[in-house]
Amino acid sequence: MLAEIGQYTLAFGMMVSLLLSLCPLYGYYTKNEKIMQTARPLAYLQLIFMLVSFLILVTLFIIQDFSVTYVWQNSNSILPIRYRVSATWGAHEGSMLLWLTIQALWTGLVAFYSKSLSSDKIARVLAILGMVSLGFAAFVFFMSNPFLRTIPMPFDGNDLNPLLQDFGLIVHPPILYMGYVGLSVPFAISIAALLGGNIDENWIRWTRPWTNAAWACLTLGIVLGSWWAYYELGWGGWWFWDPVENASFLPWLAAVGLIHVQAVSERRNAFRGWTVLLAIIAFSLSVLGTFLVRSGVLTSVHAFASDPSRGVFVLSLLAIYAGGAFFLYALRANKLKSQTEFELSSRETLLLVNSIIFITVCFMVLLGTLFPLIFEAMGKKISVGPPYFGSMFFMMMVPMAIFLPIGVLYKWRKDKMKRVIKLLIPAFVIALVLTAISYWFFGGLNLKATLGVFAAFWLLISGFNSIRQQKTLTRGLWGMQLAHFGVAVFLFGVSMTEHTDFEIDALMHPNEVKIVKGYSVEFKGVENKQIENYNAFIGHFVVTQDGQQVATMNPQKRIYPRQGNPMTEAAIDAGFTRDLYISLGEQINDKGGWAVRVYIKPFIRWMWGGGILMMLGGLLASTDKRFFRHAKRLKQQNIENYLA
Amino acid sequence: MNKKNIIKALLPLIIFLSLVILLYNGLGKNTRLLPSALINKPVPEFSVPSLMNGQTINNDSLIGQMYLLNVWASWCPNCRVEHPMITEFARQKIIPVYGLNYKDENAAANQWLNQFGNPYKDILVDIEGLVGIDFGVYGAPETFLIDAKGIIRHKIVGELNPQNLKNEILPLIEKYK
Amino acid sequence: MNKILLTLIFISLTVSAIDIHEFTTEEQRLDYQQLTEELRCLVCQNQNIADSDAGLAKDLRNEVAKLIKQGQDQRQITDYMVVRYGDFVRYSPPMRLDTIFLWVLPFLVFLIAAIILIINIKRNQKNTESE
Repeated sequence: MLAEIGQYTLAFGMMVSLLLSLCPLYGYYTKNEKIMQTARPLAYLQLIFMLVSFLILVTLFIIQDFSVTYVWQNSNSILPIRYRVSATWGAHEGSMLLWLTIQALWTGLVAFYSKSLSSDKIARVLAILGMVSLGFAAFVFFMSNPFLRTIPMPFDGNDLNPLLQDFGLIVHPPILYMGYVGLSVPFAISIAALLGGNIDENWIRWTRPWTNAAWACLTLGIVLGSWWAYYELGWGGWWFWDPVENASFLPWLAAVGLIHVQAVSERRNAFRGWTVLLAIIAFSLSVLGTFLVRSGVLTSVHAFASDPSRGVFVLSLLAIYAGGAFFLYALRANKLKSQTEFELSSRETLLLVNSIIFITVCFMVLLGTLFPLIFEAMGKKISVGPPYFGSMFFMMMVPMAIFLPIGVLYKWRKDKMKRVIKLLIPAFVIALVLTAISYWFFGGLNLKATLGVFAAFWLLISGFNSIRQQKTLTRGLWGMQLAHFGVAVFLFGVSMTEHTDFEIDALMHPNEVKIVKGYSVEFKGVENKQIENYNAFIGHFVVTQDGQQVATMNPQKRIYPRQGNPMTEAAIDAGFTRDLYISLGEQINDKGGWAVRVYIKPFIRWMWGGGILMMLGGLLASTDKRFFRHAKRLKQQNIENYLA
Repeated sequence: MNKKNIIKALLPLIIFLSLVILLYNGLGKNTRLLPSALINKPVPEFSVPSLMNGQTINNDSLIGQMYLLNVWASWCPNCRVEHPMITEFARQKIIPVYGLNYKDENAAANQWLNQFGNPYKDILVDIEGLVGIDFGVYGAPETFLIDAKGIIRHKIVGELNPQNLKNEILPLIEKYK
Repeated sequence: MNKILLTLIFISLTVSAIDIHEFTTEEQRLDYQQLTEELRCLVCQNQNIADSDAGLAKDLRNEVAKLIKQGQDQRQITDYMVVRYGDFVRYSPPMRLDTIFLWVLPFLVFLIAAIILIINIKRNQKNTESE
């Protein structure tokens, strides 16, 4: 009964999306204010239906209704309750419903936080958001329906993939989707502006907090995914440039480019076309990401069960949204005439160059990800993996890291490079000194690590410098500094962990000790235990350093009833300056000897810490009061102008 | 002036549409299928015992006849599925079929053959899978078509079935006779 | 007790990605680490042979170790694998005529975008001046 109600609310939600797509636009084109004002109520109604539908699915998991196909495929009678809730989005159908619900949520937020906007503007924006909801609602209802039944009802469920029975599944997808879907807001605002044939600074100013917030969510989502892979997969990896990982990185890179272009186009009547184009590209990459993950076009460990017919549907959605947007852009682009009041040597230029760098990196990642597809179209097979992405990314980020502090200090409109460089010489020198100290302290670093550490100090010191120089710091500027500080922290972490980490594979017998980089690792043996819904082989290790006990670590090998292969659960001793990571392999002989892998990963937490700082910076910036200053007078003026 | 502007404005759309075409083209393809890197190259050198009579077989001894080399194992369920095809093909005496017993144990392999029948003219024993690596084998079953000069002409990944036999193997047998 | 024994045997029959190879020099050990990270597991959903539990991955890791001990360098071992399995087995795409775009296109994109940027800034200045 409940599942059917879920279907109905989903269907009603879809109908409301249809109304939301049509009515406000009808009101806009017939200059009927009353009809335009249906936009907000429709947005709220859409949210209510989608939310109820989603909560019903969650309830079906909690009460373990195995007559619903999706529930029995992803749950089990002994699955702990917290995983039953997260299992809702553990596979394709449920995660698409989550996506749809989050889309409705962002739409509702836009409706709520736009009180100072005239109804002609809000009508257009919500209508576009409604169109996006409509497409995805149709996809869920017709092609990925989580409420379908299996009759006769199976006695017990299949079980949630053990890899997903984890805190990571509870947080990573919802937050990541908040980011992906949030980019539909700057997309909708840009389309709405194009429809009206005008993009003034009010539009751009209004777009910025939404872009910052969506980007912040995406940042946190990616950080959580990386951290989850690290402790879950058992091999200490945190980024593999896997197609699905790239799928989340592409919109992130485009969004960074967008944020920096918006900084320019808000202040100057220039490059508004680029702003619109980037907003379209960012959201298109989100939809492309969903396509790549679910279509089976590229092989990935993260991919959902692939289905070409679903792939065709999502590809069609992509074609409609992005194609339609690009087409509209082509029609209206020449109306966006620009005048600049800035020199070639100015902050504006540097910001735009920065955006170009990020777009280039975005292009590179897209090219590398799709290259195997291009090759397959020619009948050949090739792999493009971390060696390519890593080296290209490093190369392209170097100029960005060098110029960031320069850009932050550069004046608007016109400035001289000499003046800024002079200001930065102290920071440069201090950074060099700190790098030398680090080099000595860590007993020598290889070239890449040294460069990365220097870049981190360079960003850090010049950041302090520029805060000192600033007379007033708005939330927007604080947010920027915080985010850039996060970049410095990230750079330090990634340089140290990528280039100075240490790994050893060994055969260890009980009471044997191995010395790894100053740590004494003693293997105590393996015990066998039944825990919750799995059977575990637990290894016991005692780690000491200079005679002091540092940690007891217990890596596991787990066997879940429905799974064939055992799962590796690594033991991690997290630290501010390093992680100790121990992984259990297999039993080698009958004398209790096991294959063991020990890692030392220096400063790895700084990577994710840096990401979180970036996210906080983005969130802080999005709350800058400047963005919300829309005088009532202006609102009245706008609507009067339009209706006249 | 106007034409240039129109092209510039349409450029994003054009690029995007090419992307869509590329993605559409990629749908429905089996991304796990790996074409062989050894097509039109000579058979890699090997020297292994025979499962059937214990004597040594090497690549030289097989030159002079066209044959199929079928990679199989007793632990491989799909090998069981394709076995009737192999048996039928061998019965028609078009070209001989040799077996490569891949990462198996002799006892288990012999028992499998006793149970399901032995269509092979001879069987190479590859317990460690080293011959398999030289042939670029990555799973079982796989079947190679090798001509009389000892050149690999085709590889089928997965079971031999009526379709790939008719469309891929037989025409090539004709061609390289 | 029997259950534990059976499960232990079961675990031993399955394969883990941790192999114990003894190398004589640190350079050899590094070679092994880098090669197994750059070679692709052909039966996995996008993993290198260092991290994979698959049987074929273990075979290939053993082969890499064997070739290292025979004195071969990274390039030779990579070529060895490519001869047998094709370019697909390398995560680092070879630089050839048909793959050169991977490296050329991004730099081209940057160049073109930068040029367009500069032209636009200059042109917009003219617009402002002429107003």
